[in-house]
Formats: sequence, structure tokens, C-alpha cells
Amino acid sequence: MTRAVVRQGSVAAAAPNIDMSTRLGPVGLPSPVLTASGCAASGRELDQFFDITSIGAVVTKSIMMEPRSGRATPRMAETPSGMLNSIGLQGPGVHAFIERDLAWLRERGARVIVSIAGGTTQEFEDLAKILRQHGGFDAIEVNISCPNVADRGQVFACRADSSAAVISGVRRSTDPSIPIFAKLSPDVTDIATIALACVRAGADGLSLINTTLGMVIDTETMRPALAGVTGGLSGPAIRPIAVRCIWQVRDVLPDIPLIGMGGIRNGADAFEFILAGADAVSVGTVTFHDPSAPARIHGELARLASERGFASVRDAVSYAHREPEPEPESDDDDLGLPEWV
Amino acid sequence: MPVQVRGEVVSVRRAGQYHVLTVTAPGVPELARPGNFATLAIGDLDSSGLILRRAFSIHGVQSRGIYGGTIDLVVADSGPGTHWLVQRRRGDVLDIVAPLGKPFALPRDPASCLLVGGGYGSAPLVFLADHLRARGCRVDVILGASTEEKLFGVLEAKRIASTVAITTEDGSLGGTGLVTDHLREAIERAKTDVVYACGPMGMLAAVAGIASDAGIYSQCAVEESMACGVGVCMTCVLPVIGDDGVTRMLRSCVEGPIFRGDRVRWADVGTIPPDTLGAPQVEGRTS
Repeated sequence: MTRAVVRQGSVAAAAPNIDMSTRLGPVGLPSPVLTASGCAASGRELDQFFDITSIGAVVTKSIMMEPRSGRATPRMAETPSGMLNSIGLQGPGVHAFIERDLAWLRERGARVIVSIAGGTTQEFEDLAKILRQHGGFDAIEVNISCPNVADRGQVFACRADSSAAVISGVRRSTDPSIPIFAKLSPDVTDIATIALACVRAGADGLSLINTTLGMVIDTETMRPALAGVTGGLSGPAIRPIAVRCIWQVRDVLPDIPLIGMGGIRNGADAFEFILAGADAVSVGTVTFHDPSAPARIHGELARLASERGFASVRDAVSYAHREPEPEPESDDDDLGLPEWV
Repeated sequence: MPVQVRGEVVSVRRAGQYHVLTVTAPGVPELARPGNFATLAIGDLDSSGLILRRAFSIHGVQSRGIYGGTIDLVVADSGPGTHWLVQRRRGDVLDIVAPLGKPFALPRDPASCLLVGGGYGSAPLVFLADHLRARGCRVDVILGASTEEKLFGVLEAKRIASTVAITTEDGSLGGTGLVTDHLREAIERAKTDVVYACGPMGMLAAVAGIASDAGIYSQCAVEESMACGVGVCMTCVLPVIGDDGVTRMLRSCVEGPIFRGDRVRWADVGTIPPDTLGAPQVEGRTS
């Protein structure tokens, strides 16, 4: 298949001398740049614009047990440096996903992180069991930011106990060699508490952040802009929230693999997440702006990290957490100015 | 298969209330078919807070010439993104993804084709008419808008079509009323085999209904709000009946934007009909 991208400047002038490989627990990846769940479908569409086997992994759109129509339209509203969405997890159901999408990804040779979503703890477990029977993927991302049918539709991720129940169920039902990542919501009082609960329940790593709940009212119709009333805010507008969450979770969990996401536009944004503690990053909403963004960001990140003197991108992980450099010794020919100058 | 290219603006010229943007798009003219669309990024994200691309149906293509391959897009200055676009000047660079979407299906043998455009929904119809004429088809055109200024492509339509009928809601040009007012007579007069329509959803629903009543096919280009344009975001869906009789929420960017008029559930657009595949279970019906 011929590559369709004819983007001037997207090809690195000279490949920077840096090792871009990373690890997510037992899984080694050639690049820390991944797609973000829900922003890449199952990879096929984006493969028209860049080689999806060249990035770290494709994180697929959250799959549920049965086919789902999703919510009514309008499902989207553009917001300053971002967008609000309320898709409602439209999807073909896990069996069609395995036959059509996962099979294609496997044949294509892409590394795959399958995102699963459920309305009950049992649904998450059942999905994990079905996936286990088929294999053909590298990790599972557990989308716990979906409504818990048993708890008035409150999302699992907003409570430590409901998050932990899902994670321990999925961990039990998944091949022990396959790492599972809990995808956390930023809409909590203390994300570190939820992160710790997920890890204690058996999560091998964490993905953060999911969208943050928002709302837009159309001032012409004077009604909510989305049919679903509220929606998830994504894009560059939420990046500082995401970086803060990565920082806080990395502080309490120094060794757990973290996938960072939230409004990454370019290599510098990705680098920011890595410095805050992310081992890998997912590129989401920006692919709607630039469908070749994941490959572009890989190149930009490689150049920037190399310019900053890193021989391996893994050395940059959590680098912003380092101890302050010691004050330089004062020079002998210090003018001895008074302290208030 | 779409390509992502950097194009240079060749010209932006006014046409009534609209602007025709001509931009270089290497490789696109050879791939584009009538009904395909293009998306443009609104600046780069270092300077622009508008993250979503804007989609436009392709109005025309020129494969060669002094600028190489170019495409023409019709832009209505209707918001901050399109306002930025119409202010571009010759030489400005745009990020283009095209051609996208399924094109209009063309008749295999010469047929009588009626093209109906509402507002700047007529943008792809001249491109379509060229292809239909090249296949020996008869082409009749009906264009309508709320007022004369909002009509698009009248002169081009007159150049290529056997007949052109114009309607405006305020009577400022042509007959007073809607494009659908005289659609039945037009179909009878031209012995129309297939209707092609592009315009607002209400117009498409009416055209599709009249075509079905007349026992002929219609091909409708829908305009749903899109985020990605390439099939990944699931924003631009509408309920469409498949060959198997099952209704699914289909993406207008990749499974459309051209749909058979008799397959779209026009009255249910904006909802999830209860018999859609995977629709939420109705309260009380399930255990």
C-alpha cells in the first residue's frame, strides 16, 4: 500500500540520535507515542495517513459486549482549543470487533492496546475473558469512565471502591502476561487516591486522563448544544489538568507505568507529559485536526528530547521531578552588592 | 484514498453571499469524484484555538494548468473558522485532506438526471453535471435559496444543463417558493431516471420523498456536523437502512456523505430510532 501523506516538513531532516523505545510493564514499544482511545477508531482510517505500525501502539475505541448505537446527535461542539463530545460509545460489539478490527490490526502488524468499557463489573470481566480466548493484542486499557448501571449511572472512575472492583475483576479474567491499564477520570477530588486503589486492585499501569465533563449551551436555540446535554471536554484546553494529574500520580507511584494523554498537539506537549512522569503518551483530539499527528509528534518529540541531551526518551520520564540543582558557587570576584539589590 | 497535502491559495473570489476558494492540492484532482469533499485546517494549533477542520464539498477540479492541480471549494462565511478561511490571500498555505467520502453513484448508461441544489448545496452539482454529460446523460437543474444572494452556481448550471429552474423563497429571482414545489412536474417533463440533491436536510428529506413517490432513485448529499471527516470520531452519524433492512447509525463522512434517499430515515435524523442496531433498550421492555 502506498502512503498517502505528502506533508512537507513532516519527514525528519536528519533522524535524531535518540532511542525512542519505551516500556509499559512487560511490553516494549518502539515509540512512546500511541493513539488515544476513541480518537483513532481501530486504526484503519488513520493508516491512510501514516504507517500505524511506526508508532508505539494503537489504542482502540472502547469496545462493549453488544453492538451499540451511541447517543443521538448533535454529539459534538467545538470549544476554545478543544471540543465537547457525547458519542455514547457507539460500536459493533466485542465479537465483531475481534473478527473485523482486531484481526485487521494483527494482520497489519500494529501493536494493539484494546480499550474495554462496561455498564457493570461483570461486563468488564466478560469482555476480558472473551478477549483472552482470542489474544492478538498487547495490553488492555480499562475505560472505567463509563456509567455504572448499578450506581445511578455514576461513573466507576469517580470512586475508589467501584474502580477497584472493575480492575480486580479484569485482572482476574485476563492472561497474567497481558498488562492492564486503568484509565482514570480527572473529575475526582483526589486522583492519587483512585490511582492507588486501582494499583492495589491489580492494575499494572494507569492511563490518564479521560475527558473532563463539560457543557455548552447554544445561545441561538437557548438549549444545550449536545443531545446528551453534557459531554467530555478534550483537546489542548485540558492539557494543564492532564499534566497536573500525571505529576500527582507519579509522585505517589514512582514505579508504575503511566500513559499520559490530554490535549497533546506536538512534540513539546508530549515531552511535557514525559517530564511529568508519563512512560508513553496518547495523542487524541489533535488527530481530528491533523490525521497524521501521531507520526508527526513522534518525530518532533525525538528531535526535542535529543536537543535536550537525552540519549533515550526513557531517561526523560519524570525528569521534572528531580531535586533542584545546587546553587552555583558564588564567584570570587563577586561585587559584594548589598542583598537588597 | 485521501491524501493530506499542503496547498497554496490561488484565489478567493466572491460569488453572491459565498466565496470560491481555489487552492493547489497536488494529487487531489486526479482522485476526486463529484460528491467527494475536502477538509481544511483552520491555521495551526500554535496560533489557532479552532481544533476542528472544516469540510467543503468539492466544487471543481483542474488537473493541470499553471498552478498544477487545484480544487475549488465554496465557503459560506458563517463562523470564526470559515471567516478565517475567506480572509486567506493568494500564496497563503492551507492543510488539505481530500478527497473524502463516497462520491455520487453515476448511471452506467445514459439517463435523464435531475440535479437539485439548495443554497450553496449546488457546489458539487456542476462538477457532477460535467461527469453526467460526459456519460451522455441528460441534465436538468433546479436551484433554490431563501433569496437571490444565497443562490450559487446559476450561470454555470445554465452553461451545462438542458433546463435550469430557479426558485427563491422571497421571489427575488425565479419562481417564488421552494425547489420541491415543482419537482414532480420537472420529473415528469424530463422523464427523470435519477434525482441528485444537495442542500439542507429538510430539502433532502422532501426531495427523497418525492423521488420515491415517483418510483425513481435519489442520491442525497447530507450535511452533518463533523469533527474529523475521516471516520474516526463518530460525530456525524445518522440513521440509515442497510441492504439487510437493519437501521444503523452510519458516519456521513465515510459511509456518506452521499446516501440513497430512500435509505435515510429523514424523520428520525437527530434521534436513535428504537429499532436501530444497538439502540438503548426501552425502559420497562427489558428485564
